[in-house]
Amino acid sequence: MDWPILSAVTFLPLLGALFILVIGSNDEIANRNARFVALWTTSVTFILSLLIWINFDTATSSFQFVEKYEWLGGNINYHMGVDGISMLFVILTTFLMPICILASWDSIKTRVKEYMIAFLVLETLMIGVFCALDLVLFYIFFEGGLIPMFLIIGVWGGKRRIYASYKFFLYTLLGSVLMLLALMAMYWYSGQVLECPSPAGAEGVAQAVTKCPTTDIPTLIDEVKFPIEMQFWLWFAFFASFAVKMPMWPVHTWLPDAHVEAPTAGSVILAGVLLKMGGYGFLRFSIPMFPLASEQLAILVFALSVIAIIYTSLVALAQEDVKKLIAYSSVAHMGFVTMGVFTFTEQGIQGSIFQMLSHGIVSAALFLCVGVVYDRMHTREIKAYGGLVNRMPIYAFCFMVFTMANVGLPGTSGFVGEFLTLLGAFAANTWVALLATTGVILSAAYALWLYRRVIYGELQKPSLQNIKDMNIREIGYMVPLVVLTIFLGIYPSLLLDVMSVSVDKLITDYKAALTAAEHMPTFALR
Amino acid sequence: MEALMPVLTEYAPLLPEITLVLGIVVLEILGLFRKNAEELVCWLAILLLAIAGVLFAYQGDIEKSLFQNAYIADPFGRFMKLLVIISSIFVILLSMDYMKKAGLLIFEYPILILMATLGMMIMISANDLISLYLGLELQSLSLYIIAAMHRDSVRSSEAGLKYFVLGALSSGMLLYGASFIYGVTGSTQFPEIASALQGSDVQLQLVFGIVFLLAGFAFKISAVPFHMWTPDVYEGSPTPVTAFFAAAPKIAAMALLMRTTLGAFPSITTEWQQIIIFLSIASMLWGAFAAIGQNNIKRLLAYSSIGHMGFALVGLASGSAEGATSVIIYMSIYMAMTLGTFACVLSMRCNGAMVEDIKDLSGLAQTNLPMAFLLAMLMFSLAGIPPLAGFFAKFYVFSAAIKAGLYPLAVIGVLASVVAAYYYLRIVILMFVEEPADGFEPMPSLPKFVLGLSGIFVLGYVVYPAPLREAAQVAAQALPAF
Repeated sequence: MDWPILSAVTFLPLLGALFILVIGSNDEIANRNARFVALWTTSVTFILSLLIWINFDTATSSFQFVEKYEWLGGNINYHMGVDGISMLFVILTTFLMPICILASWDSIKTRVKEYMIAFLVLETLMIGVFCALDLVLFYIFFEGGLIPMFLIIGVWGGKRRIYASYKFFLYTLLGSVLMLLALMAMYWYSGQVLECPSPAGAEGVAQAVTKCPTTDIPTLIDEVKFPIEMQFWLWFAFFASFAVKMPMWPVHTWLPDAHVEAPTAGSVILAGVLLKMGGYGFLRFSIPMFPLASEQLAILVFALSVIAIIYTSLVALAQEDVKKLIAYSSVAHMGFVTMGVFTFTEQGIQGSIFQMLSHGIVSAALFLCVGVVYDRMHTREIKAYGGLVNRMPIYAFCFMVFTMANVGLPGTSGFVGEFLTLLGAFAANTWVALLATTGVILSAAYALWLYRRVIYGELQKPSLQNIKDMNIREIGYMVPLVVLTIFLGIYPSLLLDVMSVSVDKLITDYKAALTAAEHMPTFALR
Repeated sequence: MEALMPVLTEYAPLLPEITLVLGIVVLEILGLFRKNAEELVCWLAILLLAIAGVLFAYQGDIEKSLFQNAYIADPFGRFMKLLVIISSIFVILLSMDYMKKAGLLIFEYPILILMATLGMMIMISANDLISLYLGLELQSLSLYIIAAMHRDSVRSSEAGLKYFVLGALSSGMLLYGASFIYGVTGSTQFPEIASALQGSDVQLQLVFGIVFLLAGFAFKISAVPFHMWTPDVYEGSPTPVTAFFAAAPKIAAMALLMRTTLGAFPSITTEWQQIIIFLSIASMLWGAFAAIGQNNIKRLLAYSSIGHMGFALVGLASGSAEGATSVIIYMSIYMAMTLGTFACVLSMRCNGAMVEDIKDLSGLAQTNLPMAFLLAMLMFSLAGIPPLAGFFAKFYVFSAAIKAGLYPLAVIGVLASVVAAYYYLRIVILMFVEEPADGFEPMPSLPKFVLGLSGIFVLGYVVYPAPLREAAQVAAQALPAF
């Protein structure tokens, strides 16, 4: 690739947003144009991002499609690139976006232009998070996403949208500001240990060794070893941010509120992509940059993960709102991800990445399913439904596939992730794995029960008598999700092959760091 | 002529100030002898400021002391003076329409702004406790008058009087502190004070002097606990005057504070650092918490500016070159955001009368989307959310604090910024979520222009951030401490 494809993919949606901005007037035609521009932009972005996959070299663990330009000065650069881990998240984002636009086609009736602009800006920021190879750049994309998401929940959300949007914004911001301080500390520390490459033509001239602080992610991973006590502080600061974003128990409480109040497409993006940033952050920063702290604190993560898996599954059982139930199940599934990441085994990490991608598809699809009936009935209460299979057979089928995937039935994508993470957990800590496995049973309980209450039974409610099955647009965006859910369940290597080399490098580096630390008495004696 | 040449070259760095003084005299005469020349005087004042700005920009990197070291022309001063000039120009632009509609446009108004600007230039260039005081008083006296410009309004008169009384008190404290410092060091000049303190023990009298001096400065930048006048004066003064108070004097006083602490007391950093840290923490926290309950947009912005001064002081507290750079960047970005915000506040005109309650912004997104969008971006920027300019302002100050090892200060600072985010979000929510109140009258073209420029800066800064940082670095390097 001799043209900057990553920047193109990242900023194309922003271009689309600017285009919608200049469309002008606010009448029906302008709304329609806004929808089509958004759909075309996101589709083209998706196709472009597939080019990244096609040209991606799965044999190397180094970053590909790298772009680097001077930006902020002081060695803080515009540095983009992807490896086997981040590339998949880019594809996930670009894949979900056209679906989101389609899902909002009819359900968003007010201020369509602004809505589409917010989504396109959000897409740029989300892709940027996964492509950024500079800490400051990463932080800007990571935090910038708050603005459009805040507006999406606040403006187009449900009844308690104001409360939910505040809670979402302030919670996430509170987590992130500590990460900001941590990355500054890393910047100045790297300046103490890294030496600047001597300028060309200065050979033979005795010159003072200049120090070069940097926030370049590959440099920090490969060349900077933080002292162990510093690693702990930094680890916790990053943890604060990612744990809120993930979200992990006990800082998950913003998620059910945000999910319930957000419009359907907002929930899809929240569950599909935004939650994954936390897990991605653990893989990109916590483990490679603070391996010693990660090793020591893995037990803490395990404990929180297991509590999340069991506790939130039980909470999900008690929910009466469909969206809230799925939201709690998301927290439980993210528990598997954090558990898998901190097993530091190949299966565990591959499993958690797979789980994130699969959950990105499945939970997104489940929220879309809720959206389908919500658009018709304008309620999300489980009690309001029942017997939908009689009038909506296609819907019932789609919902079933995703419910099964959510449960983790073999043959669906949900199984692979859960199985691999549990496999990794057994190798790391049997008790953790044992407790986490109960989560699988609980998830079957709440998901199947939900399915029974909504889909099966007699169609008794008079309001449901005339409900119509999914229309062609809704089927259109469900089909790729159904196909992917099943296909990934049968052929997981499609994704596992892409990530394996990068995951191997992650684990090798981690082990090397641990061995090196044992030979450094200054650390051990402390 | 021959005899004059050395004098001219000697005082060449003063050319912008001299131009300004002569211009003020000419405009004064023009205003007195020509009827209905108010608007003309405004435009000429803008032209005059622009000329002074261009003259500064052409001075290059001259570094020169004048009047037996009482006055210094250096890159730091030039940068800060340019900021002051820019904010004065924009404030006059913002004022014209408002003042005319309120019947307050008298020709003295732009002239008083010019005098205040001149005072600020003297403050920024002051390298001596006496010239410092001269500049400060020229600025303050002009400001007292324009705060009370609206003679028939009780609130405006109250604001002017309150500002005057408290300002005089703070000037007294400042002078008291200055006399202590003179007593200990035997000089009023910053370089000599610095060399007198080099290597000697810190005496109690000196600490007294520094405390009083800094208390006086803290009043001028409205840092907690010397902030009490700010909300009342902001609320009472005519809104364009409030915009002026929020931008230019803060920049000048911050420059003064930097030059004094880093110029006169570089060898006893630990003594003044504690005070700055206290002022900073108190301002950040109070600015964040007290603003939550405010419903008047001007009072809210008053507390917001108190908080922002706290954040800027974080950079100064680190006492390093990075810290000084970060304060300069902070003040530049703060100025751009403040002017844009006040352009919006000045456009809150409903059925022929100005409104100030934040509730009046309800549903602005449905009645005037471009204004609502830009104001929302300004609010996010003031809250320090990336990728907007306000984030970078905070980024640099906290980065400097982290480098200096001031971890508790940085942590308190970012937590305060999260609390402060709440009330900025409140305005965004009002504009975008609530049902529309009565729509505002269409924005006049001059505020629109100012808001547009400020919006472009806030949104576009992320694309090309390097020049401001480099310029600020050059400016900071000129300070004698580095």
